[in-house]
Amino acid sequence: MLGSRGVFAMKTMELHLTVNGKSLNWSIAPGELLLDLLRRQGYFGVKRGCEKGECGACAVLLDGKPINSCLMFAAQAEGREILTIEGVADGDKLDPLQEAFLDYGAVQCGFCTSGMVISAKALLLRRPDPSEEEVREALAGHLCRCTGYTKPVEAVLAAASKKKNRARRVKPVAEVAR
Amino acid sequence: MSRAMSGDRASQSRDRGTPLGSGAVSSRLVVGRNVRKVDGVKLVTGGAAFTDDVQIPGMLHGKILPSPHAHARIRRIDTSKAKALAGVHAVLTYKDVPRVPHTTAGQAWPEPSPYDTYLLDSKVRFVGDRVAAVAAESRAIAERALGLIEVEYEILPAVLDMEQAMAEGVAVIHDEPDSTKIYDREHNIAGYILREIGNVDQGFAECDYIIEREYRTQRQQHCPLEPHVTICWLDADGRLVIRTSTQVPYHCRRQVAMILQIPLSRVHVIKPRIGGGFGGKQEMVLEDICGALALATRRPVKIEFTREEEFYMARSRHPQILRMKMGVKRDGTVIASQLTVLATTGAYGSHSTTVQGNTGSKVLPLYRAPNMRFECHVVYTNTPVAGAFRGYGCPQGFFAQETLVDEIACELGMDPLEFHRHNVIRLGDTDLLSAQLGEGKEGLPRLVRSCGLPQCMETAARAIGWAQKRKKFPNGHSHLRRGVGMACTMQGSGIAGVDWASAFLKMNEDGSFYLQVGASDVGGGADTVLSQIAAETLGVSLDKIVITSGDTDITPFDVGAYASSTTIISGGAVKKAAGKVRAQVLELASKMLDAPVDQLDCGNNEVFTTCVCRKSVSMSDLAMQAMYREKLQIMDGASHFNTDSPAPFCATFAEVEVDTETGQVRVLHLASAVDPGTAINPMQAEGQVEGAVAQGLGYALTEELLLDAAGRPVNPNFLDYKMFAATDMPKLTTILIETDEPLGPYGAKSISEVPINGPAPAIANAIFHAVGVRIRKLPIRPEDVLRALHAERPANLEEEALLTP
Repeated sequence: MLGSRGVFAMKTMELHLTVNGKSLNWSIAPGELLLDLLRRQGYFGVKRGCEKGECGACAVLLDGKPINSCLMFAAQAEGREILTIEGVADGDKLDPLQEAFLDYGAVQCGFCTSGMVISAKALLLRRPDPSEEEVREALAGHLCRCTGYTKPVEAVLAAASKKKNRARRVKPVAEVAR
Repeated sequence: MSRAMSGDRASQSRDRGTPLGSGAVSSRLVVGRNVRKVDGVKLVTGGAAFTDDVQIPGMLHGKILPSPHAHARIRRIDTSKAKALAGVHAVLTYKDVPRVPHTTAGQAWPEPSPYDTYLLDSKVRFVGDRVAAVAAESRAIAERALGLIEVEYEILPAVLDMEQAMAEGVAVIHDEPDSTKIYDREHNIAGYILREIGNVDQGFAECDYIIEREYRTQRQQHCPLEPHVTICWLDADGRLVIRTSTQVPYHCRRQVAMILQIPLSRVHVIKPRIGGGFGGKQEMVLEDICGALALATRRPVKIEFTREEEFYMARSRHPQILRMKMGVKRDGTVIASQLTVLATTGAYGSHSTTVQGNTGSKVLPLYRAPNMRFECHVVYTNTPVAGAFRGYGCPQGFFAQETLVDEIACELGMDPLEFHRHNVIRLGDTDLLSAQLGEGKEGLPRLVRSCGLPQCMETAARAIGWAQKRKKFPNGHSHLRRGVGMACTMQGSGIAGVDWASAFLKMNEDGSFYLQVGASDVGGGADTVLSQIAAETLGVSLDKIVITSGDTDITPFDVGAYASSTTIISGGAVKKAAGKVRAQVLELASKMLDAPVDQLDCGNNEVFTTCVCRKSVSMSDLAMQAMYREKLQIMDGASHFNTDSPAPFCATFAEVEVDTETGQVRVLHLASAVDPGTAINPMQAEGQVEGAVAQGLGYALTEELLLDAAGRPVNPNFLDYKMFAATDMPKLTTILIETDEPLGPYGAKSISEVPINGPAPAIANAIFHAVGVRIRKLPIRPEDVLRALHAERPANLEEEALLTP
């Protein structure tokens, strides 16, 4: 008979990995998915949208490459480096991508936002000045039901071309009505 | 292929009712500005914002056992093995819960939908209907427990085809005696509507041309990226707390209290950030059963739909068969229109008469015909339950009407744009059909007090290159043919006389204000827009407004996020409440500055005199004075409703390329021009248009939840149910034509729904322009186009020719 903690609790294993620059040792169940582990550890920005690798809401960077964390066993992350949305900002200082997502109205419900930002981050690391086609290709694995993708694409292009000085679309909150 | 960014928004200044050219400069400082979403930072940084982003010690996982049969009676159900499984804390069947007929539709009381649903029942009516529910210590145990529940079904004949549902001798889906408000249960008719203005028969007799066609629309699913999820627990006082992905916290509280038979005051509903709703969360889908499990176990319980469950156990758009008839004079003037609809609501009547009522009341009055008739049967079938879905009956109706109108114009040799110019509703008109057809009862007439539709048509036509392309296409002998098509649509802004909202504001010591609203931001940006309205009214910067929304213990009442009501109704409440608080601020400032109130104004985070003396006091100094010297909490609240539902208007133009060898339709460019009244936050308003267009493109071309011959879902996943992805999108042009609506806060109407109606008919019309075939069913698949192209004669000649009476 199974223990009261379910089929996955029969054995545990130790996992060593790096998440957002922090070296960690976690106890995991052998069958646990990376998505479930990260959420269990409080990385709630990693979203559960389909659990089949179809929507991209659970994307994280694995050694710099975007992957769907719902398609990977946690155990496979042994010794790897993971970046989640929680690690994209530098403390309170938002990443240019995050700033652009806010300034260009690319966030509506925000449920797909983490995944989009993560994949865009990987794109910009690889291609600092991508074309619109490349941005769309990078976001193609991220379903969004709110935005129609126009503004997320616009935001990624804006973040990429800070030097080209794309006009900010919004006024900072505190400046409005000043 | 380059895609236009949305920067080509036509900026228009305001005049009452009609848009004017540019030139006037708005004196508003916060309203009408692009500002960041006030809840944006936590969303871009992965903050714990959504329903499931909490860990509650001791939380159990709930699962629902879905019916494998489309129609069956539970003869025997044995839960003993499931209960015996270690880690299982409760297994509920119909024997364990109160039997209270209700509707899951989150509508204002008394809900116009039939009370035909039960927490759990001894009969199941669609594949996916609730058989039992389990709460266990892990999801894996809960799933295992479901498999241990032994059920003996008496399988009943299933009614899957809506055209068979009313036939004599067909199985009766709701044969239970205790359900109420069903129109004709013996014939599976959930609701019936017949309304007429003028005299339609006489109107048709006066027409030179009459044309009648049949259209079919499909079952579309909302596909919010966040599936439905609910967590329930008992707080320290033993009250039931429901943290849930809902658009309607207050309706949810009322309904759950009724169903679980506990006092309403013992229920607390919390709406955190919501990962998209689109109407699918204007439904109580999980809250009742999750609450029942929490009460049974006295433990926190979470139920979260998997994506597959979301597809068939949540809600979808009502499929319809529409027969539309329209009569015109030789010059194209519409004299009479008639729309006859057969729709299915699936196994339960959620939103049945109201969605279908909209198919008539929001669609037919787009044309100024003096004679209109709308008739509709909404039938039960043993299929997934339909419900509210962005557009709420209009996407179906406008697909029929705007495709028919295009056909009439083409047959008359008239440019469809000219036909629209000639016939559409205009400023000062009154829509009388809406007076007859309200929220499941008589409604109220709709007076058009603001209308930018003519400008919408002209700007969107220019954006697509209508004049040139209408002449140039269809082109050459290539297998790739291009065409352009158009559609005009409208919607409402709140349900007249039904929707209402309230807001409460209090001032803090630092001159900031705490804003409490029952309104439910489901991702569209309501919290931001409502904060902008408050800041504008109080003359403070946006960071001085701290908003809390959608919590039944903390915020005052609001019907919730539906019917395009939040900006106009909840925003109206915020403006009223802020106006009252502003009066209190000015009264105290009058004392402090020794100046009469009528010589004071708020702005720039201070109150100042408008006379030459220019005395001022900062909001923070004023707040400190109020609280620590006057012993006065500056605070007030207000309620708001409208007796009219101002229509936002939209013109949608599409350019397509049709491959005559494969039937593939590629949309090259889609231009939407929308009149939302004032856009409180233009950037967010554009986002609403772009998102609605993406959903509308899927509705037009790819999306359909298919069922097999036994009523089982065939494609409940994102691989087989195709939503548009970033690489699938055409070039989008989004244009806001702002008008000043007298009934809206700062002139606002609404925007979230209306743009979803246009893509399907505009694309169908563009296909006709490109290759000369009429497609009258959705979605338009390559095989439909190919089949039509291969028909021996062009499809339009195949139909009965234009009739002359």
